[in-house]
Amino acid sequence: MAEDTLFQAVLDPANRADPYPLYARLRESPVSIQRDGSAVVSTHEAIRSLIFDPRLSSEDLPPSHRPRTGNPLKDWLLNPLKDRIATAHRPLIFRDPPDHDTLRHAVMREFSVARVRALRQRVVRDVDALIDACRGRDEVCLVEDLSYPLPVSVICDMLGVPEADEPQFQAWATQLATALEPDARHDEASRHRTVAAFDAISGYMRALIREKRRRPTADLLSALAAPSPSGKPAMGDFDLISTAILLLVAGHETTVNLITNGMLTLLRHPRELERLRADPERAPRVIEELLRYEPPVHFRTRKALGAIEIAGRTIPKGAPVILLFAAANRDPARFREPDRFDPDREDNQHFGFGGGLHYCMGAPLARIEAEIALVALSRRLVAPRLMADPPPYRPGASLRGPERLGIRISGLAPG
Amino acid sequence: MTHVADPIPDPPVPLRVVVDLNRCQGYAQCCYAAPGAFAVRGHEILFYDPAPPRARRGEIERAVQACPVRAISLQVEPGDAS
Amino acid sequence: MTAGDTAGIVVVGASLAGLRGAEALRRNGYAGRLTIVGDEPHRPYDRPPLSKHVLSGELAPDATGLPELVALDAHWRLGHAATALDREARAITLADGTRLAYERLLIATGAQARPWPAASGGRLQNVFTLRSRDDAARLRTALAGAPRRVLIVGAGLIGCEAASCCRDLGLPVTLVDPNPTPLARSLGTWVGGVLVDCLRDAGVTFQAGAQVLRFEGDASGRVVRAQLADGRAVEADLVIVALGATRATDWLADAGLMADSRGVTCDGACRVLRADGTPCPDIYAAGDVARWPNALCGDRLMSVEHWGNAVAQSAQAARNMLAAAEDQQTYRHLPAFWSSQFGINIKAVGANAGADAVAIVQGTRASRRFLAVYGRAGRSVGAVSFDQARWLPAYAEAVAEGRAFPPIEEATDQGTFLAHAPGFPPARATFHPIGVRHG
Repeated sequence: MAEDTLFQAVLDPANRADPYPLYARLRESPVSIQRDGSAVVSTHEAIRSLIFDPRLSSEDLPPSHRPRTGNPLKDWLLNPLKDRIATAHRPLIFRDPPDHDTLRHAVMREFSVARVRALRQRVVRDVDALIDACRGRDEVCLVEDLSYPLPVSVICDMLGVPEADEPQFQAWATQLATALEPDARHDEASRHRTVAAFDAISGYMRALIREKRRRPTADLLSALAAPSPSGKPAMGDFDLISTAILLLVAGHETTVNLITNGMLTLLRHPRELERLRADPERAPRVIEELLRYEPPVHFRTRKALGAIEIAGRTIPKGAPVILLFAAANRDPARFREPDRFDPDREDNQHFGFGGGLHYCMGAPLARIEAEIALVALSRRLVAPRLMADPPPYRPGASLRGPERLGIRISGLAPG
Repeated sequence: MTHVADPIPDPPVPLRVVVDLNRCQGYAQCCYAAPGAFAVRGHEILFYDPAPPRARRGEIERAVQACPVRAISLQVEPGDAS
Repeated sequence: MTAGDTAGIVVVGASLAGLRGAEALRRNGYAGRLTIVGDEPHRPYDRPPLSKHVLSGELAPDATGLPELVALDAHWRLGHAATALDREARAITLADGTRLAYERLLIATGAQARPWPAASGGRLQNVFTLRSRDDAARLRTALAGAPRRVLIVGAGLIGCEAASCCRDLGLPVTLVDPNPTPLARSLGTWVGGVLVDCLRDAGVTFQAGAQVLRFEGDASGRVVRAQLADGRAVEADLVIVALGATRATDWLADAGLMADSRGVTCDGACRVLRADGTPCPDIYAAGDVARWPNALCGDRLMSVEHWGNAVAQSAQAARNMLAAAEDQQTYRHLPAFWSSQFGINIKAVGANAGADAVAIVQGTRASRRFLAVYGRAGRSVGAVSFDQARWLPAYAEAVAEGRAFPPIEEATDQGTFLAHAPGFPPARATFHPIGVRHG
């Protein structure tokens, strides 16, 4: 396979279960220019340099573009206006400073230590209840039974989205998350589905925000929607809507992979599963190693605002840049025996949550959920065995994780 | 040469923590892991307790692990792997 | 103790560089006798919090003890300064008269606060310097006694951080500096101007371009005012003298080394140079006290009085101490420091001295969140961030590589590029010759 088609192979679903040999090939050149002009960056050193490089812009999402409807009012007035608004108020993961910083600061003020810590007990209860619900069965599907419903319920609680409404935006969330997948970005039909999902979820959020302003509750959305002491809201309504959507989608589509990949990895390393069961204090190390070894987000894309010289190559101005975090996490130049799952690893400086300005905002919450879930699973599933290895994967190459994870068990230990 | 005893005996120390603030980028992950010992003030000033009580050891180790730039160091204890 | 009969390695200086150097020796496999000498009675402690959270009362002075990151198994000789070095006999003398033999020596004696001359009121009660943990404890106690006005002489890092703390404590503060802005020597007056605004907003009375002639006391010997060179007086019942530091080298006066108040001169591998300019194979230096040709700054002889240098240089020196003569690695270091004051996180890299241009490359001065780069003769030589630390590594890389000024164009959040004169004050004369110590 030629170097300039390696990333196309990464996107190929056939390689989803084990993209790591392709990553190793890509790392042979820290920056590898692909046939479509994009630059794939795969070594730890090059990514560490580029995540701090202000010439990499996150405003790389193609502008919003609604399809023709045949209705002139829509085609010439309403939809172009909606497109302009959607483009100007993209979620902050697709924004640059100074707007990015203002929005992120406003969110982080409310995504506070107290708010996140307060969720801990709830996560413990949720995890126990979800596992209890599997009583009497000899097999579970981890995705369906725990790793999808847990983060969804937690983010709904935190944001203040009624859980009863949740089923209606599952499909929207999945569609919106394809914004991170290069194939879907370039697929006209998929982009149109994304616009439709965005419009639907925006409508929902707009109504919910109105409700939060009328009757504020203790949740994050009420706090973001409330006027600050100075009388000015933390952000305008369009940004508020896109931020709320971002948090909701992220809650649906990322932590699920961390938990599922985590359990998959532990089942493949039974000794580590047993060590975690015997000593839950190991959990923080296990989680960090999972974030390195099987991260929930494999890459993010950026755009080069100017030509960038790096590692003896030039990324041309305007080129899409793919920061392949999951490849850097397996870089032998940075990690000894990188393909070994080793929670006792020292100096584990991974990119499991990205890095730089756009470091994952939900990281503290994801850590709590994954830790509580994996510790509980290690203690409560009796004699767990993988039913299929590798399991079937979801389509995403960036948001990569199993579609289902069948585990045969011999019973449940009490919670 | 005679062995001279340490003039100051080892005090009954709490934990000892130091953060390399050249490396610190204000990601604030330590604040979530050990809110009693770390806090970010303003946009990115890290304030931390370099001598947290021993009972916080679990939290502090979480903070060490969670730091994206591995800027937090903790006193080596007898029995630690080095 | 297996190697109890041999002298082993002696580390002189029990602060950050001494501690990290000792740890690096152990980490590199040194199993012999290790002795650490310190003039203070304390185990190594961290200095940066002293001028911040210790002054504000948020941390107890003894909370700042540094963690040992490696089991040291060292002999600690604390509370007695080294007073002499006899290279012929391979021994040092301590203040209590003991002689201590060494096979290899690491000099990490650091620096001491530049004192105010006794003849001009330096001995008055309530006149403080701030360098050691005990200094900080004394000053903290005095600040807690609610002085009517605090006078801070010198608007460098320590002076500014102390001013910021005093304002947090609600104390009236006057800050005096001969330059037009704070941090003029490290950042220049163009960037320093931002801090003038911060001082004003925080309610600090800043006397720019002013020089203190002397302090005056009352009948009981307590300071009551400072006389300025322009004839004005500042009434203050507590004074912090923050005029920087001189290297602690007077104990080396007769050692036949290249050592003076600018530091102990070393070669690129941290080996201390004899008076004739040849390196001693068995004596190394690291941290504030070491002056070496820094390959990252055009081989200019420099000493770097910052935390990161103490850590990195002592590790390099320790590594070289254990290596063969033909395997000595050159120490290359990009100077870096941080400071927090007036709610702003300031981080800087590089060596700005002699810069002829400065420009804000991201963010804005008005928002007090920006990144500024310094240039000299068309090359990037330094960078500073105000509450924008996450961009700094990109510029640090550019500075380390000596890329053209400005190093990064076409960046996000970048306005029109506009270079300014950085406004560094002319180099000052050396304040005190070697021999001034502890007031």
